[in-house]
Amino acid sequence: MNKVSILKTIRFAGILFFMVSVFIFIFVVSYSQFNITEEVIREAVTEDHHLEAILPLTGDITGQTYESRRTLIADLTRIFEKADEGLSNNEKMWSYTQGVYRMNIMKKSVTGFLPGNELLFLYQTIIAGCIAALMFILPGYWLRRPGIDNDGVYHRSVSNRGWIGITLGLMLVAFYVFIYWYPEYIVNWIILVDPLSRALSGNPASQWFLYGVLYTLAILVMGVRMFIRYRHSNYHLVRTGSVMFFQLGFAFLLPEILVALNQPYYDFKDLWPLNYDFFYGWQIDQFLQSGSLGMFMLISGIGLSLVGVPVLTYFYGKRWYCSWVCGCGGLAETLGDPFRHLSDKTLKAWKAERWIVHGVLVLVVVMTAATLVNYFSNYQLLGGLTQQLQQWYGFFIGAAFAGVIGVGFYPWMGSRVWCRFGCPLAAYIGLVQRFKSRFRITTNGGQCISCGNCSTYCEMGIDVRWYAQRGQNIIRSSCVGCGICASVCPRGVLRLENGPEEGRFNEPAAFDLSEDKVKVNF
Amino acid sequence: MHIVIIGNGVTGITAARFLRKGSSHKITVVSSESEHFFSRTALMYIYMGHMKFEHTKPYEDFFWEKNKIDLVFDHADRIDSDSKSVHLRSGKVLNWDKLIIVTGSKPNKFGWPGQDLDGVQGLYSKQDLELMEQNTAGIKKGVIVGGGLIGIEVAEMLHSRGIEVTMLVRESGYWNIVLPEEESALINAEIRDHHIDLRLDTELKEIRSGNDGRASAVVTSTGDVIDCQFVALTAGVSPNCDLAKASGLETGRGIQVNRYFETGTPDVYAAGDCAEFTEVPEGQMPVEQLWYTGRMQGEALARILLGDRKKYDRGIWYNSAKFFNVEYQTYGQVPPVLPEGYGSFVWQHPQKRVLFRVVYRTGDKGVTGFNVLGMRLRQAVCEKWIRDNESVTSALEHLGEAVFDPELFSMHENAIIAAWNEANTGNPVKLKKKRGLYGVFQFLNMQKA
Ligand SMILES: Cc1cc2nc3c(=O)[nH]c(=O)nc-3n(C[C@H](O)[C@H](O)[C@H](O)COP(=O)(O)OP(=O)(O)OC[C@H]3O[C@@H](n4cnc5c(N)ncnc54)[C@H](O)[C@@H]3O)c2cc1C
Ligand code: SF4
Ligand code: SF4
Repeated sequence: MNKVSILKTIRFAGILFFMVSVFIFIFVVSYSQFNITEEVIREAVTEDHHLEAILPLTGDITGQTYESRRTLIADLTRIFEKADEGLSNNEKMWSYTQGVYRMNIMKKSVTGFLPGNELLFLYQTIIAGCIAALMFILPGYWLRRPGIDNDGVYHRSVSNRGWIGITLGLMLVAFYVFIYWYPEYIVNWIILVDPLSRALSGNPASQWFLYGVLYTLAILVMGVRMFIRYRHSNYHLVRTGSVMFFQLGFAFLLPEILVALNQPYYDFKDLWPLNYDFFYGWQIDQFLQSGSLGMFMLISGIGLSLVGVPVLTYFYGKRWYCSWVCGCGGLAETLGDPFRHLSDKTLKAWKAERWIVHGVLVLVVVMTAATLVNYFSNYQLLGGLTQQLQQWYGFFIGAAFAGVIGVGFYPWMGSRVWCRFGCPLAAYIGLVQRFKSRFRITTNGGQCISCGNCSTYCEMGIDVRWYAQRGQNIIRSSCVGCGICASVCPRGVLRLENGPEEGRFNEPAAFDLSEDKVKVNF
Repeated sequence: MHIVIIGNGVTGITAARFLRKGSSHKITVVSSESEHFFSRTALMYIYMGHMKFEHTKPYEDFFWEKNKIDLVFDHADRIDSDSKSVHLRSGKVLNWDKLIIVTGSKPNKFGWPGQDLDGVQGLYSKQDLELMEQNTAGIKKGVIVGGGLIGIEVAEMLHSRGIEVTMLVRESGYWNIVLPEEESALINAEIRDHHIDLRLDTELKEIRSGNDGRASAVVTSTGDVIDCQFVALTAGVSPNCDLAKASGLETGRGIQVNRYFETGTPDVYAAGDCAEFTEVPEGQMPVEQLWYTGRMQGEALARILLGDRKKYDRGIWYNSAKFFNVEYQTYGQVPPVLPEGYGSFVWQHPQKRVLFRVVYRTGDKGVTGFNVLGMRLRQAVCEKWIRDNESVTSALEHLGEAVFDPELFSMHENAIIAAWNEANTGNPVKLKKKRGLYGVFQFLNMQKA
């Protein structure tokens, strides 16, 4: 066998192993049997007064073995609601703590093959999946030459909205629905990562920890793919390394370490208004109660949002955040890269984008203002409104838009649906980039051949060619400066650069430069 | 006034856009290739799966109606210049006040035996691409005849589908009728690295057919017989004069026009690939067959029709291409063989496929042209240097201003200048601190003032 066929065999084996690990992963979560005992309940319910209220109500469930998660969840919910009825408003569990207890009870009562074999299954599923993915990715180093290679992007089912792509999208959507709204149904997955969580922060894993692990691994593994795919371009190597670093260090490890040190869970780079609960009462209280580190978090968060964002954006454009630092951007630039061309380039989409994304920005500002008024009036003013706004925002924007649509729709609408249509921070940074920044994509005279590669591969759906073929610089609030348009251009027409503001918005050029300039305005 | 444009390629569409911008004339564009304007230069990317046809359309479909440019998807069979009308294949007749013929090119065929067999074709139109899709489905081996810009694109296309490729090139190096020796050699190596069987100094003698009447092998001038299932004829293109000839217009190589795009027939104009200038300023060509020149000609013609009667002057030459993974840009005059009185300095990266060349007059040292491979230069800066007769040493000193490579890429300026100093006696050239963008904008502004 020659080298190429060995490499191709490894790739093929990678796909097979990946599918096997996905299969085991799904198998793990679908198996369930729960043995409820009093001991389990005592361990799971951590607050004494809650335990006191709950225990007397659990007579008919202790000793039972549940085959169905649904029945168990329903029984537990019924008991918790009843327990809450007897508690004062200050003592009540409310739905949040109920959820935590429910999850704890289910984790501790699982029986069957999983308890005791968590590590084995962790290897068989998540870790084996990563290794399999790398078996697919790494041979690319020898199989493809350095340089842009989009061969077959529109021929493959996965990247051309074919059935594989759609299936993948549906799986992602389902995953998000479970994570956000039905975490008890994926309790077995959470158990898998329990050992990891305990090692990092000392706490048991929640669905958010599971999400964080998978998210980070996706960025790291697909980041390796980016390294191979764009190894001819230092720009892409560095920015990919940057998002991998920020995800692993700032979004994943640091918050866990902070928790291990009894400090608030905090991601320093997750800025308001993307991090919409930054100003929520409980969050501010937590900062204020955590000494000088808490104070530092509060001040750095506000400082970065209000001063850091405009200053850095002035010098470097939106890209410093959206394609170098941000976690959503990080996922889009790694896991999302195979789908980047699926973004909608029509004028209609651009119009919709401007209404929607700026609408979300207005919404988050209103919600935050209400939250702050409510907080500083000691919960006297706007209480009901604040609660409503927070709930709605969390549900529709925070979960449904950012997660389900934002990532689940990768194989259908491209990798930046959330960043483009939904992210209020992107809208805010975009306004700075559009009106007061040194960043632009320079067009190299008349070299454009209108081929359309740049527009096709712009994940933000910017019709780059529209500007390039007129010899005009590209200055758009939504441009995240990923630099892919400049890389895929076969004529070297585009260059991302920071320069003086003067001359940034240039007139469309007439192309035979020996004559006077002519204006074309459409 | 009704202006009818025959052909919706870049020349016709650019003319239509500028005419619309500057007037409220009724504008009708007739074309039989595609309903809407698309980018011919992107045909290869459709085949390779980088894009779909819809992505090659530079304007969304609503654009035309919104800008009141009427599109007629039909073929023009004959022009009647006495009654000022054009007869379409559907039987429709359009009356015009001014007529613009921009019918583009056709692939060359040189009367090779077997050139009309199934499985043998050129690549120019959307229909050619569709045919190529059929002709190459499931095949193992293709032969490309001709080593020009389209030939190498077809090689890349077939290569992307895992089809073995043999390329027959008449010259002793790829495209060395245009590229100097070093550039051509570098591209030869790039082609061969992609496992393309590049045969130089080789011509096509005949194409043999199999029992099914399809091409089954080619015979070369060196006597080799190469089995294949597909033959691409890419030995250049010629102006498409079919309509002009059918209508009795004056044609030579192309539809003959003066520098104002006027044919011998009043109110009938021709431009773009199909036009041949009867008057050719020194250093320019009678037939210009490029996207860029089509665009410039379309614009210049529109301005003439809008009353600004200036001779067409394409300005300082530029062009670009991509040979597999190597980008190519050229500005000004870089002849393959240097005439008397010209000097040339070329630098190549020791490992990577990067090349920089500057050509200058040996007398006053003024630069006349640049070639780069695997490196990008700013058009505005190069043009200014060439126009202002900037000396080669000064250009090298300020090379940083011209480099257009992406941020964070390794810089070659120092290596280039070191090589220059080694090769040339006299005062060593020193790289001026990269003035970057600011300098560029400053002198562009000065030029405007
Ligand atoms: C594969 C390929 C790659 C290329 N790459 C490059 C490149 O990278 N850079 C570059 O500078 N140039 C490139 N070119 C050349 C460039 O595309 C042409 O120079 C340019 O398109 C010519 O434009 P045009 O408008 O004059 O003619 P065309 O684009 O040929 O347009 C003429 C149109 O008129 C139609 N037509 C003709 N006769 C009639 C009739 N009787 N009735 C109705 N319609 C008619 C034709 O069907 C055609 O649609 C490439 C060409 C090809 C084929
Ligand atoms: S315009 Fe270019 S740099 Fe900006 S987002 Fe689109 S592809 Fe990325
Ligand atoms: S990729 Fe380059 S040549 Fe093609 S349309 Fe965009 S800017 Fe123009």
